[in-house]
Amino acid sequence: MSGEAVAFYVLAAITLASGVVVVTSPNLVHSAVALVPALLGVTGIYILLNAEFLAGIQVLIYAGGITVLILFVIMLTDGGTGLRVPQRNEQGPIGAALAAATAGLLIAVATRTPWAQGAGTLPSYTPGAIGQSFLGPNVLVFEGTSVLLLVTLVGAILIARKEE
Amino acid sequence: MPWYVELARAVVGTIIIFSAVAIVAAMLGVLLERKISAWIQSRIGPTHTGPRGLLQTVADTIKLLQKEYIVPQNADAVIFASAVVVVPLAALLDYVVLPFGTTRWGPLIFRDLNIGVLYFAATSSLIVVGILMAGWGSNNKYALLGGLRSAAQMVSYEIPIGLVLVTISMLAGSLSTVTIVHAQSRLWFIVSQPVSFVIFFIAATAEVNRAPFDLVEAESELVAGYFSEYTGMRFALFQLGEYGEMFAMAALAVTLFFGGWQGPGLPSVVWFLIKLYALVFVFMWVRWTYPRFRIDQLLRFSWKVLIPVALLNLVVTAYFVIVRG
Repeated sequence: MSGEAVAFYVLAAITLASGVVVVTSPNLVHSAVALVPALLGVTGIYILLNAEFLAGIQVLIYAGGITVLILFVIMLTDGGTGLRVPQRNEQGPIGAALAAATAGLLIAVATRTPWAQGAGTLPSYTPGAIGQSFLGPNVLVFEGTSVLLLVTLVGAILIARKEE
Repeated sequence: MPWYVELARAVVGTIIIFSAVAIVAAMLGVLLERKISAWIQSRIGPTHTGPRGLLQTVADTIKLLQKEYIVPQNADAVIFASAVVVVPLAALLDYVVLPFGTTRWGPLIFRDLNIGVLYFAATSSLIVVGILMAGWGSNNKYALLGGLRSAAQMVSYEIPIGLVLVTISMLAGSLSTVTIVHAQSRLWFIVSQPVSFVIFFIAATAEVNRAPFDLVEAESELVAGYFSEYTGMRFALFQLGEYGEMFAMAALAVTLFFGGWQGPGLPSVVWFLIKLYALVFVFMWVRWTYPRFRIDQLLRFSWKVLIPVALLNLVVTAYFVIVRG
């Protein structure tokens, strides 16, 4: 087994194990903290794919930003702080069945797709190309995402100022 | 390079970075802090241990090693213990992309990543997670308040730092720290980007939770903030993380604005250390001179002053970069 394969399996194991903790832990803060190794495992896989810029953004936005936001929200609300909150309700079996079906579908797709071997070589420095792509062929998607985030921001401010 | 060589290199690098940061940043940093604060307040500071009190922090470290680990009742033991690892680890990871000097074989840097400054921003943002874990896991209201204040503060001040990093990498045409240093061989960026430097310095002071932005661990309100409940070596590791992060921020400022290791005559590493310690001195000078902000003033300052100014600076710089070609 090559070093790359070893690294991949180790990273995948870290991501999956932390993912299981996120879903099953009865303590909300534990779930949120377990997100960090899960996201860092994904970051490692990005690095294996030579997508360093994406990896940096993943750590900055997800591990450093989104997780902190989630922790912040949990600690500021009543239910989260230290209480044991059951993460399952009576719909557990249905959810499990759906998850199993989705997993089966994904595995089937992943194993049956004839994955194309990449032609050509990767550029050594990707941020410029990513920027060109955002403002060139994918400008509509990029602007759409920006508008969505702006609407979310305005909505959040509106909700927060409701008491006045 | 085979992967086990890479792995061995990573392990050796970690040990070197950890020991260097522990000795140069944490031990010497604490001693400098005490000496400089004493000088500013017309005292003499530690004098008894070693010549002129030089061994004071060594003695303190040995003392802390012998202390008992206390886990508070009803604390979340897992989170409480793992927070200790997250904070210093995130600070140490910063050092991977900092160039300390140059040799015949190339720049003296652990790894010249092509996303250097982005990597720095990403790893230093992980410290907040550790601080929140420590604050919440201690099951102590002062610690929790300190942790929450820290999260609000660091998330707000990461944005101006990010904007400054974008401005500087735009000028240098690269995110790599080594290329940014090379781009300053004729003119340091402090000359062409003074506004960026002021924004960076203010935001970095806030990011490392030092006065006048130290209400995360404001002694008079919150005991020691998020690490109030930690004892012995765990306490020392938080101190290590804090001083490690401060030195890393100072080193990044040297790299971004003061031409990194470049300078006439002296060896490059010496130049780097001179600039680094000069900036660390300014950090300490500010800490012992200015009173503390209130949390609302602090957040308002970031969102209503620093971020708009940084954005404007970014746009103006972009304009000049485009016009110049």
